[in-house]
Order: sequence, then structure tokens, then C-alpha cells
Amino acid sequence: MSVPLTLLDRLWDAHEILRRDDGTSLLWVDRHLVHEGSHHAFAKLASRGMPVAEPELTFAVVDHYAPTRAGEVAPDIRRMIRTLGENARAQGIRLFDLKDPGQGIVHVIGPEQGLTLPGLLINCGDSHTSTHGAFGALAFGVGATEVAHILATQTIWQRKPKALRMVFDGTLAAGVTAKDMALHWISKLGTGGAQGHAIEYAGAAVEALSMEGRLTLCNLSIEGGARFGMVAPDEVTFDYLKDRPFAPKGAEWQAALEDWRGLRSDEGASFDREAQFDAGEIAPTVTWGTMPEEALPITEVVPDAARETLEYMALEPGLPLSEVAVDQVFIGSCTNGRIEDLRMAAKVLKGRKAKVPGLVSPGSTQIKKQAEDEGLARIFTEAGLEWAGAGCSMCVGMNGDLVESGKRCASSTNRNFKGRQGRGARTHLMSPAMVAAAAVKGHLADVRPLLEGRT
Amino acid sequence: MSGWSKMDGRAVALAQANVDTDQLIPARFMSQPRSEGYGAFLLQDARADDEGHVLNRHSDVQVLVSRRNFGSGSSREAAVYALVDFGIRAVFAPSFGDIFASNAVNNGLLPARLSEDQIEELIAALGPGEATASIDLEMGAAVIAGREVRFDLDPVWQQKLVNGWDDIDLTAQYDDATKKFRADRMAAYPWAMPAS
Repeated sequence: MSVPLTLLDRLWDAHEILRRDDGTSLLWVDRHLVHEGSHHAFAKLASRGMPVAEPELTFAVVDHYAPTRAGEVAPDIRRMIRTLGENARAQGIRLFDLKDPGQGIVHVIGPEQGLTLPGLLINCGDSHTSTHGAFGALAFGVGATEVAHILATQTIWQRKPKALRMVFDGTLAAGVTAKDMALHWISKLGTGGAQGHAIEYAGAAVEALSMEGRLTLCNLSIEGGARFGMVAPDEVTFDYLKDRPFAPKGAEWQAALEDWRGLRSDEGASFDREAQFDAGEIAPTVTWGTMPEEALPITEVVPDAARETLEYMALEPGLPLSEVAVDQVFIGSCTNGRIEDLRMAAKVLKGRKAKVPGLVSPGSTQIKKQAEDEGLARIFTEAGLEWAGAGCSMCVGMNGDLVESGKRCASSTNRNFKGRQGRGARTHLMSPAMVAAAAVKGHLADVRPLLEGRT
Repeated sequence: MSGWSKMDGRAVALAQANVDTDQLIPARFMSQPRSEGYGAFLLQDARADDEGHVLNRHSDVQVLVSRRNFGSGSSREAAVYALVDFGIRAVFAPSFGDIFASNAVNNGLLPARLSEDQIEELIAALGPGEATASIDLEMGAAVIAGREVRFDLDPVWQQKLVNGWDDIDLTAQYDDATKKFRADRMAAYPWAMPAS
């Protein structure tokens, strides 16, 4: 009998070209996704006079600096976007630029275009590359030197991480989402809690998630320290991918399905670590501090924490979280900018008015169109929120969508770090539905009564 | 990148946990070309908000001692550029963000792990000031503020730092294996190529 394997073992073995005596593996990269921030890596390659080894496996997209609103674009932002275009064209790389109907955030369009598939190894110079693991892919973020290495060789040196199985049993309650699952586990294990590990999310509550939910869950792996997050593919995965532009077709689709059905951890496979949570016990969760681990159910109060953190956030211990007034809201990002996220937020906002201003930036141009066709965009604008173009936008503020210093933002994004949404900005992370609730109330609020039609 | 095996310099304590890469270099500076140096961007907001910030008081330092989870968050290698261009050669902490640590090694910056207790002892010894530091990479040992410590570092990374290896050169010697792997993979899994 053969040794039972984990999903990680299977994916790793399938991509390992060789393993050096020191334990480092040289891995084959199936998809390499680049964005404006990859300019350092292209410069490195140019300085060595090397071409991109596999332009057909490399895809470029404008997202981090993508303008999402009408108006003047700052010269350095224009330069970043232009540089990516020049590099892509010079190397024969398919570019999703601002005019492309397929443009959007790299971790949103990968799946949307069918570039992300089960069983692939996917790299991108962005820490949220773990998102793609939701399809049962081996996907991880890399730095600029590694981006240059992949451009030059289509391979990457990597030590195999330890395997962590994270099981969510039970069923999520109404109004509780994948975002709450992620904030919940990160608050329990800590921001560095899963360092050195690849997380395989499993259990009834994970299987019950849509593709969008699984993408959110895997996306936030890095906020708990894990470079990799993954979910074994199933019918939900295959249904999502069928007929996507770059997904296999015809006989190749059938062959792919056969291979993909084997992508799971064997019964009795041994993990280096296990963690278990009861999905039924998870409440709508918000962050109160400046690290993703500083999160609590909305029904709790601000805890007695480090003075520096509370001062930055301008919060007093003992204040109920549901009484924290916000200045503005943001819905979008690679974490929660997908169609299902927009539907959930719109469900809360429908027929209601936002008490504070806010920005809604869909994760891709396609999602933007879909949301407009479904009438979601109108719900947002009628509630008083601004409907913007697709990109990383106010999650990272590189395109100029910033939260002003001292302002407090309820945000569907991934990082509440000091200065993340702008210098001195105060960020509270939560699900898109909870952001919508905060917009309606003008303060952090439990979305559940609103979903039940109560005010 | 040139390798190094020993260094002498000065150390200060950055007595904070979770110094994420957004703090190390705020996003707005990342569109700048590297040629002008990233040192001035290091911890820019923290330094601008606090005149007494340790790096405002001590600008000629090569070693940082900090708390858990240093370099967490964004994969931006610019965070390492900011440290390196400021003159930092080594960071000592109980734990590092995974991506940050690889980026550091790829730029000759040592991410040295010590226990929480050792770090607290060094932070106490350094206080708000600076002290001498010497590091022996091959021995995995350092003396900071008169305290001798042995640090934890992946042996592969140690070799890389000492030799200043460039991975692209290193990988070139496995070209044949890579070519064969590629051909086998394309034949066995044609669906792995992007359609259309």
C-alpha cells in the first residue's frame, strides 16, 4: 500500500523538477502573473539582456495603479502603467490593459479568465496569490527577485512548506461569510500563526462555500502568515471553470476533469498541524486594531490593548464595537470585490440610504458590467455610494484612492495596517455585507437584523 | 550581489511587534526608480510622526533588533530595498514574514531568528540607544551590546548570503532537467497550457 498523500504533496510532486541535497526544490511554474509593480523584475532581466523564457505562460494586468475614477491621472501612475505595457509588448506577453474588457485585479481575473486551474503552480509578485489555491492550485506570492527568476527560467526555488489542515465543521449562520471565517481563525491563531505552512481548508462549511467564498478564504491565508492556502477542487470548482476563455475545451476538458478529481488529500494523510473550528459559532467579525489578528465579533467591545494601537485607532477600551462611528466605507479588493460580494452588499443597501460616503470598486471590468446588468450598481448609487472602475483601488491606495488621515473606514479589504489605506487612515476590516451595514448605520453594525428586514 | 560572512557595525532596537512591510515602506513611494535609493523611505511615516524615532536619532546603524512577525504582509521587495539602502545588513527577530525573509536573503540582508527571550534581553540591553554589533554568518553567531547569541538561519540561506549567489545563474546549470520536465509536462497534461 502506498503512503497516503496530502493535496500539498500531490501538487508539489507534480511540479518538482529536482530537489537539491539541501532540501530545496526547483519547481515548474505553469502560470506567471505580473502587474505594474513587476517593473523592478523586468529591469533586472533587461540588465542581464535576458528575454522572458515563456511569454505564453506569462500574463500581465494593470491593477495596482489602475485609475478607478474620472479625472487627471498623476504622472508617476501613468508611468507605472505605461512601463508595464511596454514590457509586456516587448516580450510578447498577453496584456490586460485599462481598455481590455478582461481587465481587473490579478487575483480576480485569473479565475475569471480560466487562467487559474486546479493542479497548476501559479506565481505572482503579490502576497495575495494564495487566492488561486481555492481551485486546488499551488499558488504563492513572491518578491521581485523571484519574479525576475521566473521570467528568466519559468521555475522557482522553494522549500516545501509544512502542511496545516484547517477544518471548519458545521454550517455558517445567516449573515456570516467566508470573510468572517478568515478573520475568526486569524484572531485565534495570530497574524504569524500559520507561518511556514500551506493551509488546506476543509470540512462541511468549506465545501458549502461558493467559489467566491473559497477565494476569499484562501486570499486571507497570508494574513495569518501562510504563503499558501488551498481547497480541494470539486463540482463547484469545475462548474465555475467550464467555458472560461483560457480553460481547456473539448477532449482536453475531459482529460483535465479526470486529473482534477484526483486532487485531494488521501484518507489518513498526515498533516504537520491540524486546526479545527465550528462554523456555527462564528459571528460577523470586525477588526478593531492595526493587525488582522485584532478582530472580534461585532457584539463585543474594544479590548484593553496596546496604548499605541488604541491611540492610532482612536478607540477606548470598553466601547461596544457597534458604537464605533465611521466616516466612510469601501467595498472592493481581491478579497471581496467579486459578484457575490457585491450582491450581498446590495442586498443590505437595497431601499436604504448610506449615512456616510463610500466607494464601491468591482474586482474586474467584467464584474462591473455584470453588476450593472443585474441592477446592483444602481442600488449602490441610489444608496449614495460612488460606483467606480475596477482595480486594487482603496485597498492599497496606490492609484490615489485614499482614506484621509484620521478618517475611519469600514472596508471589505485585507489589511488594517497603519497607513495601509493612506497615511493616518483607520481601517476596520469586515465582510462586504457588514460594510454595507456600517454604511446604512453610520457606525460599525451587526448586519443580521438588517438582513431580516429590521432597522 | 556580493556575499558577506562577517560584519561589524552598530545595532538599535525597534521594540515593536508586527513591523509589516506597509510600515517599512508606505505604498506611495513604490513607483520610484531604485537608482535614487530607497533608504529615505524606510519607516517614513513612523519617522515623520515621531522626531525621537530610534532611526531619526541613529542613522548610521547596520543591525535592527525587533519583535515577532517582522516583515509580515505585502510581498513588496521594496521593503527590503528600503532597509538595505538605509544601510541595514541584518534584522534579528523571533519570527519573520515568509515572503519578506526570502526577499531579504535575495538582497544580502540577514533575517536572523532568536528566541523571544533572547530578543527581549537584547532590546533591554540596547534600550533607546545604540551599541556595537558583530556578526559571523558562517558560525551563526553574533555579539550585540556585549551579549553573545547564536541565531537560527536556514543553511541554504546562510550559503546564499555568504556566497552572494544569484539564483538565475544557479538555475542555468539545471537547464537540461528543466527542458525535459517541460516537455514531459506538456505531453502528459496538455490542459495545463492556456487555451485560445
